[in-house]
Amino acid sequence: MRDFSYLRADSVEAARNAAALPGAMLLAGGTTLVDLAKCGVAEPSAVIDISHIKGLDAIDVSAGRAVIGALAKMSHVADHAEIKGRFPAVSEALWQAASAQLRNMASIGGNLMQRTRCPYFRDPANFPACNKRAPGSGCSAIGGVTRGHAVLGTSEACIATYPGDLAIALVAFDAEVHLGERRLKVEDFFLAPGATAEREHDIRPGEVITAIEIPGSAAARRSTYLKVRDRQSYEFAAASAAVGLELEGDGRTIRDIRIALGGVATKPWRARAVEDALKGKTFDEATVRKASELTMEGAVDHGANHYKIELAPRVVARAILKLGETA
Amino acid sequence: MTVHEMKHAASDGARLEAVGGRLSRVDGPAKITGAAHYAVEQQLEGLAHAVMVESTVAAGTVLSIDTRAAETAPGVLLVLTPDTIIPLRTASDWFGTPPPNVPYCPLARVVTYSGQHVAAVVAETFEQAVAAAALVKVTYDETPAIVDLSDPKAGDGIPIEAMTKEWGDAQAAFAASPVRVCAAYNTPREFQAAMEPHGLIARWQGEALTIWEPSQWLDGMARTYAEWFAIPFENVRLVSPYIGGGFGSKALALAHSAVAAASAKMLGRPVKLMLTRPQNFTSYGGRAATRQTVAIGADRDGKIQSIVHRGVNETAVDGMWVEPLGSVTSIMYATPNFSSKQNVVRVNTVVPGAKRAPGENPSAFGIESAIDELAYELGIDPLEIRLRNYAEEDPHARKAWSTRQLREAFAAGAEAFGWAKRSPAPRSMRDGHHLIGWGVAAGTYPVRRAHGEAVVNILADGSVEVESSSIDMGQGTYTILAQTAAETLGVPVEQVSVKLGDSHFARAGVAGGSRLAGVMTGAVYKAASQALDELIGLAIADPRSPFHALQANTLVVRDGRIASPRGEGPELSIAELLSAVGREKIEAKGDTMPATTTAEERYKNYTTIAMSIPHTEGDYSRHSWCAHFVEVRVDEDFGTVRVSRVVSALDSGRLYNPKLAESQWKGGIIMGIGQALLEEGLVDRRHGRIVNGNLADYMIPTNADIPDIQTISVGIPDPHSSALGGKGVGELGIVGVAPAIANAVFHATGKRVRDLPITLEKLI
Ligand SMILES: Cc1cc2nc3c(=O)[nH]c(=O)nc-3n(C[C@H](O)[C@H](O)[C@H](O)COP(=O)(O)OP(=O)(O)OC[C@H]3O[C@@H](n4cnc5c(N)ncnc54)[C@H](O)[C@@H]3O)c2cc1C
Ligand code: SF4
Repeated sequence: MRDFSYLRADSVEAARNAAALPGAMLLAGGTTLVDLAKCGVAEPSAVIDISHIKGLDAIDVSAGRAVIGALAKMSHVADHAEIKGRFPAVSEALWQAASAQLRNMASIGGNLMQRTRCPYFRDPANFPACNKRAPGSGCSAIGGVTRGHAVLGTSEACIATYPGDLAIALVAFDAEVHLGERRLKVEDFFLAPGATAEREHDIRPGEVITAIEIPGSAAARRSTYLKVRDRQSYEFAAASAAVGLELEGDGRTIRDIRIALGGVATKPWRARAVEDALKGKTFDEATVRKASELTMEGAVDHGANHYKIELAPRVVARAILKLGETA
Repeated sequence: MTVHEMKHAASDGARLEAVGGRLSRVDGPAKITGAAHYAVEQQLEGLAHAVMVESTVAAGTVLSIDTRAAETAPGVLLVLTPDTIIPLRTASDWFGTPPPNVPYCPLARVVTYSGQHVAAVVAETFEQAVAAAALVKVTYDETPAIVDLSDPKAGDGIPIEAMTKEWGDAQAAFAASPVRVCAAYNTPREFQAAMEPHGLIARWQGEALTIWEPSQWLDGMARTYAEWFAIPFENVRLVSPYIGGGFGSKALALAHSAVAAASAKMLGRPVKLMLTRPQNFTSYGGRAATRQTVAIGADRDGKIQSIVHRGVNETAVDGMWVEPLGSVTSIMYATPNFSSKQNVVRVNTVVPGAKRAPGENPSAFGIESAIDELAYELGIDPLEIRLRNYAEEDPHARKAWSTRQLREAFAAGAEAFGWAKRSPAPRSMRDGHHLIGWGVAAGTYPVRRAHGEAVVNILADGSVEVESSSIDMGQGTYTILAQTAAETLGVPVEQVSVKLGDSHFARAGVAGGSRLAGVMTGAVYKAASQALDELIGLAIADPRSPFHALQANTLVVRDGRIASPRGEGPELSIAELLSAVGREKIEAKGDTMPATTTAEERYKNYTTIAMSIPHTEGDYSRHSWCAHFVEVRVDEDFGTVRVSRVVSALDSGRLYNPKLAESQWKGGIIMGIGQALLEEGLVDRRHGRIVNGNLADYMIPTNADIPDIQTISVGIPDPHSSALGGKGVGELGIVGVAPAIANAVFHATGKRVRDLPITLEKLI
């Protein structure tokens, strides 16, 4: 039997100390960790339950920013009136993630740390080769069933898609993750695989996510999250886009636009080329569609996932156009 | 365990309890309160837990199995390999064909598919068994696998002569037809994915074996266990009070079942074995992948002159499964010339099996897509072309239909759907970014018949017990048998308790092919009639009966009270009568077999499918029929398809309980939506392994994917199909749904998708 010790942390301090132990893993809602333990992917020697730490689930929207505690539940954040009002893309991304049951259990910190859905990653017994699990062992996905795999940010080591929704919106609006001493842009917190597929996050032993902080902006206030998927609910994105838009006083010229992509890249992907192509331009459908084609610059497909290259620009364009329709 | 509280049963109509009433499921309250204990939820003293070890290669030989680490792991009681498991005997197949006289080993030495069981571990706890199973090291001499039908090594396969159906000169007539369509239609490997996984508990007491296992066929599975262990049939007791979905997968005892029973014997302890969810994708077969070409030749009025059909389905390297692909093709439309042939191709997979409407389902996808293509080719409305080619009799068997309310189904469905408002051209209906498409397709399923027996007991307190080894997997057997007994005997339905799912009860054949309701209502009707005759006989003839003096010819029972037909004389409850005449109980056993049937024939009837009665026996051809009308919305940029409306009109003959029949139809339609848009076993071609064998990655519809579904019953009682006039319900609903959706997608987009499922990349 795989024995492990279980510790309940009462404070962030205690959690940090315990998390520094080799083989220790934090447990929040458990919807990722328990799942991965069952698949044989996660084999913690110590499970540090942080779900009882007081105050870590606060949601504070003030002074032009939102600070969301790491233990806030996905469903609470999604339903929070001021998040809905000032950061609609954040709320919408959460609503469209997972299922009602999962959203009621899952925490925001855990959400950022969720792992890829690459089926080879999740089946160690049948597919020992996976650089993400076992560095240097190879990649079982390349040459296999790749319908869900990434087309952006891939490497020879790994082509796994970052599956989450929330982080796409966070990256679009320059959110930061609080790790105690350190604060990082969410965009930098996620790492593309490169030659080190096993490193997905810039997080160090003993670090605990305490909160995320999203600066308010006109673009965040006028934002949306569009998720395209094989079925209507309870499914990861085939391609998704978080978009925020700010127009000049003339109501036509684009002052600020934020675009990030989900479901197509190895990490939450900011589409800066599209943003740059649109800033200062007059908002109209042709301009938007043309700029959206830049979404897939540098994309590389692996056969079955080629459709993502066609799909993602259309998702981006639709999301931007939809925002244009709302006053 | 099986006596259900009726008083909570919701009532939404008059005469709920009569046959034909909309009584809610009598087992519903037990299920939603958790009081219903499923087979593997039995709590037994000393239960040990078994976990299977599966092959990680698709083809090859097991060179060695290193069990040392597993054997010394905490809690481990037994590690089973082909070398250490006790020898079993090969069991006969489901036709009862005597087995070759060779031993049976449920653990493979020669591996023919990835996921095949090669070893097993039994431990004190489930967790210990899981951990130890991971320590079993198997080495293989791997050989190249044939991964699927498109593998270059697969070849053309084996012709199945019995599937050939031909009349006229189909090739020549097709060549001579002024209008022709010809295309290939493919369906992927699909899985039953029942909520309740497969598993069992096995317990030996001396030479007697009790198995708690979800089962669609207690008697058939009990026979298999008896043959494996060379013990008398009577020594096996199979218990299966509820089944959490089977969809065809739970009719046979499987290799893991043998392992659990063998290890229980070896240990002298009861053993529980549950397959993991991924193992539920490899331990038994789902629907075989299929390929069909359908060629239709017609004249310019759309009258079909010829249909040429060729089909292929995959089967296993060491097992045979034929998915009859010409079954709908050969009967749906009138044609003077016809040819259908089928091959099977061996690939490295578990033997495919029955999944809801095996044969008819993929067959309908071919012919019902092809006729739609013909309709567009000719510019004729897809509904109209079906009516122009309406088969007035069975074109293959050349017999009259027992009943065929398909024309009525088309009419009722079209009316409710608003088909007349359809704009004919593809891409001509839209709502914002959504292209809207309307599609129609027909479906059918044969009336499979067999025999059953039932016991009906009238007890001293006037309550009634029905006993049968048939089962309820959600389709409503508990409920309709209670209704049948209540109506036949004239007692309130709350007074009837139905006991099912125990092979020691009166016997029943397989709950498959939508036959159980027709068979069992007939058996219960017969047994209850006998019990009633005896009750009335006692009341009239027994000198102690208060009715004795009346010298009546007959009496009636209404609401559990006995009286003369005109109401003169006394009126007694059944309990009062039984007490007056000094009887504890009236017992009646009824079966639907001819009186001359021998014991051996009876055994064969219940434990094999060899005695099934052909649906074309005698003067009639018997089938249920349906027409599905579907609206889809396709996002023009994203290619995503969502079904926004379904209206289906169905002919299942007389409905024993319309509420339950509608639920089954809807369940089939929902499964059909999944088949059309989502379901597909994805094979890694290098490893010959399904990589989405779990419920996160194997897509089935969620509630959000399912619109309101309207079902309309157009059936009439069919006396040739069953004792009470019903035809099959369970499989019918799914047949034709996938082509109706594919046809609607074509209408929406102008793109014909002939490979299921219709995923977004095929439309983008
Ligand atoms: C079937 C299914 C479908 C899903 N669909 C979607 C979807 O559509 N979109 C989507 O975005 N997500 C989806 N998810 C993922 C889901 O959102 C995550 O599982 C969830 O957010 C994780 O949160 P948790 O609190 O349960 O994390 P846990 O399981 O408790 O933890 C997850 C990981 O994060 C670490 N961790 C937890 N808290 C912290 C912290 N404060 N600091 C540092 N590390 C921490 C843990 O050690 C662990 O490694 C799905 C999940 C499942 C199981
Ligand atoms: S894509 Fe990445 S996660 Fe998937 S098998 Fe390859 S290395 Fe592992």
